Amino acid sequence: MDPRDISRALTRIAHEILERNKGASDLVLLGIPTRGVPLAQRIAAKIADVEGNAVPVGSLDVTMYRDDLRMRPARTLLPTEIPHGGIDGKTVVLVDDVLFSGRTIRAALDAMADVGRPQAVRLAVLVDRGHRELPIRADFVGKNLPTSLVESVRVRLSEFDDDDAVTIAGAGGGPAARHEEDAR
Amino acid sequence: MKRHLLSAGDLTRADAELILETAEELRSLADRPIKKLPALRGRTVVNLFFEDSTRTRISFEAAAKRLSADVINFSAKGSSLSKGESLKDTSLTLEAMGADAVVVRHWASGAPHLLANAGWSKSSVVNAGDGTHEHPTQALLDAFTMWRHLGNLDGRRVAIVGDVLHSRVARSNALLLKTLGAEVTLVAPPTLLPVGVEGWDVETSYDLDAVLPKADVVMMLRVQRERMNAAFFPTVREYSRRYGLDGRRMDTLQDHTIVMHPGPMIRGMEISADVADSHRSVIVEQVTNGVAVRMAVLYLLLGGSEPAVGTSEGANL
Repeated sequence: MDPRDISRALTRIAHEILERNKGASDLVLLGIPTRGVPLAQRIAAKIADVEGNAVPVGSLDVTMYRDDLRMRPARTLLPTEIPHGGIDGKTVVLVDDVLFSGRTIRAALDAMADVGRPQAVRLAVLVDRGHRELPIRADFVGKNLPTSLVESVRVRLSEFDDDDAVTIAGAGGGPAARHEEDAR
Repeated sequence: MKRHLLSAGDLTRADAELILETAEELRSLADRPIKKLPALRGRTVVNLFFEDSTRTRISFEAAAKRLSADVINFSAKGSSLSKGESLKDTSLTLEAMGADAVVVRHWASGAPHLLANAGWSKSSVVNAGDGTHEHPTQALLDAFTMWRHLGNLDGRRVAIVGDVLHSRVARSNALLLKTLGAEVTLVAPPTLLPVGVEGWDVETSYDLDAVLPKADVVMMLRVQRERMNAAFFPTVREYSRRYGLDGRRMDTLQDHTIVMHPGPMIRGMEISADVADSHRSVIVEQVTNGVAVRMAVLYLLLGGSEPAVGTSEGANL
């Protein structure tokens, strides 16, 4: 995907969120660090363009809730910022870059339970690459990307990287493989 | 492999910054309705205290519980330790019970090193203060408090004032602050500066009034009379007049300068009540930060498959 593909996908996701939610009221977008956070901000900006009012955006770190926490050295924590007003009774849209095994989302659901009780939780992802290991699915998908398990999907965003792009690399592709681990 | 936290001097700058950044994320937990994270579920942390302590023990206990660890408190009074059990046998007992980490406070300098390196147990050892030697988590929480108020510590001037001789806090702070780029000045009467302080890579002064106007942080230390076996100064009154921080001295500080104290403080001795309660004083905040910093240390030592920071195994005493 190139920058325009990504932008179009996010625009569509923004509209789908609004359609499903019947407007922007009681919406909260929570990005999962690191790349879910700028995606959530971009979606919020697009919602603001359409509806005129700003939607609260936050971030939710799931590190301590991961089921593989004990399998690797202790990892750096990433910021959790719950927007002012909390998430109680709101419709929370979780935003992440790649949906793969579903384990990150499971961790995010647990993390959210300790923060509050949303009225509903939805999931928006830029890329769904399949290979789920848990009964989890996305409500809003930028692009379905059928992949094989030896491949890795890399999402680059201008907030962190040089440009916007989604690429698939074969097995053993240096930095791409590292990000793949993140996405799991 | 890193496994323990025995000395503030064992931490690299990257280690120390990782702890401070982790503590910053964990500090926000205090504002949440459920002050608990699941990271250490099923791990056991033993608080092994051979010396009286309120805030350090409670702080470690709160930190471990907020990370969902099981906490066993073990104090010398009212246990087999008061019947004459050796450190080795206590350690073997804790190992048999399956402790993942032992937080140890001991009146003898070096006891945590012995516990960590004697091969009696496999658990991680965290030094919570040993004799007049070190207190690394106190130094970390002090650095964290400074970092939150002043930002980057590079080139910042920190004055540590009082009973440096008996202070493990001063030693750990001097080591850690050096690692983080700050300049430390120890201010004390000559009798209360340790032998060999020349090798600490810090400045020393006997004149508090000359140091205060340049300081970004003033850290007052308690005079540890329980460790004193000789007369180190003529009278309390004279000590207080020369090395106590009162309202008049506070007025000579720069506007942004903060006043710290590791506690317990003796009002009227090293610090006057109006200073302790002033807007410059971050003494209560230090306690709050202590829990976050100890959570960060426990998480980084125990949270993953192997520790992310700390003292290498087999480090020399």
